[in-house]
Amino acid sequence: MTALDWMALPFLAASAFFFLAGTVGLLRFPDLFTRLHALAKADNLGLGLAVVGLAIRSGSAAVAVKLVLTWLLALVASSTSCHLIARGARREGVEPVRGRR
Amino acid sequence: MTAGLALDVLLAVALPLVGLAAVLRRDLVQSVMLLFSLGVLLAIAWARLGAPDIAMVEAALGAGVTGVLFLSALARVGPDDAAPRAASVRVALAALAAAAVAPVALAVEALPRAFEGLGREVLARVPETGATHPVTSVLLDFRGYDTLLEIAVLLLAVLGAWAARGGAPSPRPPAPGPILTAAVRLLLPLMVVVAGVLLWVGSSAPGGAFQAGTVLGTTLVLATLSGGVALPRVPPWVVRSMLALGFAVFLAVAGATAASGRALLRYPGAHAAGLLLAIEAALTISIAVVVWALFERDPEERRAEGEAGGREGEAA
Repeated sequence: MTALDWMALPFLAASAFFFLAGTVGLLRFPDLFTRLHALAKADNLGLGLAVVGLAIRSGSAAVAVKLVLTWLLALVASSTSCHLIARGARREGVEPVRGRR
Repeated sequence: MTAGLALDVLLAVALPLVGLAAVLRRDLVQSVMLLFSLGVLLAIAWARLGAPDIAMVEAALGAGVTGVLFLSALARVGPDDAAPRAASVRVALAALAAAAVAPVALAVEALPRAFEGLGREVLARVPETGATHPVTSVLLDFRGYDTLLEIAVLLLAVLGAWAARGGAPSPRPPAPGPILTAAVRLLLPLMVVVAGVLLWVGSSAPGGAFQAGTVLGTTLVLATLSGGVALPRVPPWVVRSMLALGFAVFLAVAGATAASGRALLRYPGAHAAGLLLAIEAALTISIAVVVWALFERDPEERRAEGEAGGREGEAA
C-alpha cells in the first residue's frame, strides 16, 4: 500500500462504519420516519467519507472535484427523496411511533 | 483482485434474487421498488463487465424511467386492476415467458466456445469510421442499419402507447412543495449539461445519442412529473417533428449514401465525422422526446380537447 492508501484508510473505514450503522438502523428502527432518518443521515455521511477517502487515493485534483460533485448531487437527491417519502407517508396518515415499544 | 471477485459474486447472487423478489411480491409498489434496485445492480454489473455505455443507459432507463413508468401506470389504474392475478394465470404466464426465453438460452448454448468475437476486427477498422470510440463506430457505422431500425421501433412504441392510452389526461401530481421545486430547479440545468457532454464525447469516449437522449428525456420527465417547473408549451406539430427528427435525418443520410452509389449508410470518409454528429444530435432529441412521450398523451389530443371545450363554451 502506498502512503496515499494509508491516508485514505481511516476515511474509508469510517465510511463503511456509517453505512453499516445506517443499514442496521433501516432494519431495526420502529417506523418509517426513524428509518428514513437512519438512511438519509448515516448513508450521506458514509458516502461523504468514502468520497474523501477515494479522492485522497486518486491523487488527482480533477478526480477529486468530480467525486465531491457526485457527493453533492447525491445529497440533494437523497434529502429530497427522503422528504418526499416522509411527506407522502404523512399525507396517507402514517403516524410516527411514540415512546418505547 | 479478490475485492473485485467478491463484488462480482455478490452481484451474481443478488441479481437473480432481487429479480425473483420483484416478480413474487404481491404489493405492486414494492415490486416496482425492487425493479429500481435491480436496475441499479444491473448498471453496476455492466460497469464491472467493462461496458460503461450500456451501464449508463441501464442506470437512466432500468434504474430510472422504467420504474417511474410503472409507478405512473399504477397511479392511473384502480386497485382491482392492480390486484395480483390468480395463481393459474401466473403459472401460465411464467411458462409462456420461459418458452420465449428457452430458444435464446439454446442459441447461447450452441455458440462456439472458442470464438474470440469480432473485437479485434472492429478495433482494427475503427479508424475508417467518423468516430474513435469503438461502440459508436459499431452502432452508427458497422451496424448503422440496425440502429436505424431501432429508432423506427422507438417511434412505433410511442405511437402504440399514445393509441393505447387515448386522450385520458394524467392524474394531477400533488402540489410540489418548495423542497422538490428547489431540487428540480437545481438538477434540471445540470442534467441538460450532462446530456450535452454525453452527446459531444460520444465519438471518442463512452456516451453518445442513446445515453444523452435518455438523460435529456429523464430531464423532461422530471420536469413534467414534479410539477415544479413548467415546460414551454409548443404546438403539437413541433412535438411530432421532434419525435420523428432522428429517424428522418438517419433515413435521409441512408438515402443519400445509397443514391450516391455507396452502400447503405457507408459514409463518405471526409464527411463521416460531421454526418455522425448530425445523426447523433437528431437521435438525442428524438430519444429524449420518446422517453417523455411515454408519460404524456399526444399533444394533439390536448389541443382537440381544448378546442372542443372552447366550442362548448361558445355554445353556452
